[in-house]
Amino acid sequence: MDELIQKISVCVERGKINKTSPFPGDMKGQDGADELTKQALDASIGPDEILLACNDGMHKIGERFGRNEVFVPELLMAAKAMNAVMAHLKPFFKAGVVKPKGKFILGTVAGDLHDIGKNLVSMVVEGNGWQVIDLGVDVKSIKFIEKIKENPDSIVGLSALLTTTMANMAKTIQEIKSEFPSIKIIVGGAPLSMKAAEEMGADGYASNPQGAVEFLNQMSLCA
Amino acid sequence: MKSLLSEIKKGKALVSDGAWGTFLHKRGLQPGECPELWNLTHREDVFAIAKSYIDAGADMILTNSFGGHPLKLAHYDLNERTIELNKAAAAISREAAGDDHFVLGSMGPSGVMLMMGEVSEQELFDGFAIQAEALKNGGVDAICVETMSAVDEASIAVKAAKEATGLEVVCTFTFEKKMGDHYRTMMGVTPLEMATAIKDAGADIIGANCGNGFEQMIEIVRDIRSFDNSTPVLIHANAGLPIYKDGQTVFPETPEMMAARINDILKCGANIIGGCCGTTPEHIQAIAKEIKK
Repeated sequence: MDELIQKISVCVERGKINKTSPFPGDMKGQDGADELTKQALDASIGPDEILLACNDGMHKIGERFGRNEVFVPELLMAAKAMNAVMAHLKPFFKAGVVKPKGKFILGTVAGDLHDIGKNLVSMVVEGNGWQVIDLGVDVKSIKFIEKIKENPDSIVGLSALLTTTMANMAKTIQEIKSEFPSIKIIVGGAPLSMKAAEEMGADGYASNPQGAVEFLNQMSLCA
Repeated sequence: MKSLLSEIKKGKALVSDGAWGTFLHKRGLQPGECPELWNLTHREDVFAIAKSYIDAGADMILTNSFGGHPLKLAHYDLNERTIELNKAAAAISREAAGDDHFVLGSMGPSGVMLMMGEVSEQELFDGFAIQAEALKNGGVDAICVETMSAVDEASIAVKAAKEATGLEVVCTFTFEKKMGDHYRTMMGVTPLEMATAIKDAGADIIGANCGNGFEQMIEIVRDIRSFDNSTPVLIHANAGLPIYKDGQTVFPETPEMMAARINDILKCGANIIGGCCGTTPEHIQAIAKEIKK
């Protein structure tokens, strides 16, 4: 039983989706996240335990990404493997057997259509046990505000790639904060820095997805 | 037919142009607007940018077609107008450059990732081929595939450009400095991996664009020259990493700062120098003055 859990965690970390997926090369022909999760559920291993294994694998790859040991392709494959696990766990989430750590509302700010960075954050945060409400790209303040109204206990993440949309990010923060002064907002994206985030009035900045997870975990402890 | 390669063989360093995107925004392009549509709706503004770089002393200018891949234009429901928009981009730069300067047709990433299965290799290839052909028909002398981070997409773009146009093809990647002083793209590609793959795909000139300023570009050129002494290298450097202050985005590197490092980058083996985000005609003028000394 422990061995299965261990294997699921490794599959997520290494991005091994299922038996037929060719990546990574050294795990060719072996069972992947998909088969192992099914076996674990058949062996009556609790979905919460499987989720923890998934979180563990995602946490490890997120840390390695933060240390520049692996890059976007490895992180994307890990996220795909995680999705294979999650597909089996969905019914348990729906039934309330397993619960997310919290809610994270995420989007690329108005005027910016870039979604690669935002999607990476979305996948890693979800893989670490959070419910992600992804509003997509070119998201106006009003859309964030509407979602926060529906989910007042959430934390908000804003992404931007263009240097020209940083001003929109600052505006979005102001408009959200004027409606919900206590809501926590974290920002990220290529043109940003901790200094720029502070200047805009954000509560946090992360240069990589794992940094966002750490911010969220910290915030949920404070709450 | 003009040839960048034969110009470079004469032993001269050449000057390229500066930023287009940040310049368009200065002239009123709104975030969320399609920059390539301006080739039709704001032709004079686009022409003014192109002309300002020629007047500043550039030997070559690019085109306002960075986001002209049909998959990118689809964000604005403009994919049906791929040929029209790219051809217009080329024609504007051609008019500004006249016959004695080079025009390089800009092709940026498609915005979708092959490895995620979002797109097929064929679809990606066809898009780049259509774009490159339209740029050629609009009058460009060469194609410049730029801001690439993935080897698979860049190789497809270079192959498509070669096959569709037969023109000289430049290809540049965007590198970041990672821990241990190594340069890699966000997809983890090293300068060596880039050069190997895109030369194999048919690129005539390789290099780097965007990034975190001139200092790092010198290191990247040095890296490329440590394994490749012959392929011409083009650099389009940002004016540093943007700083956000008081509601404004400011690029920290001045024309003087860039000009002061031209000698060093030429010594390291760069052949064509220009700017990327945040650089202006003043930057290009300062660079040109230094190179043509």
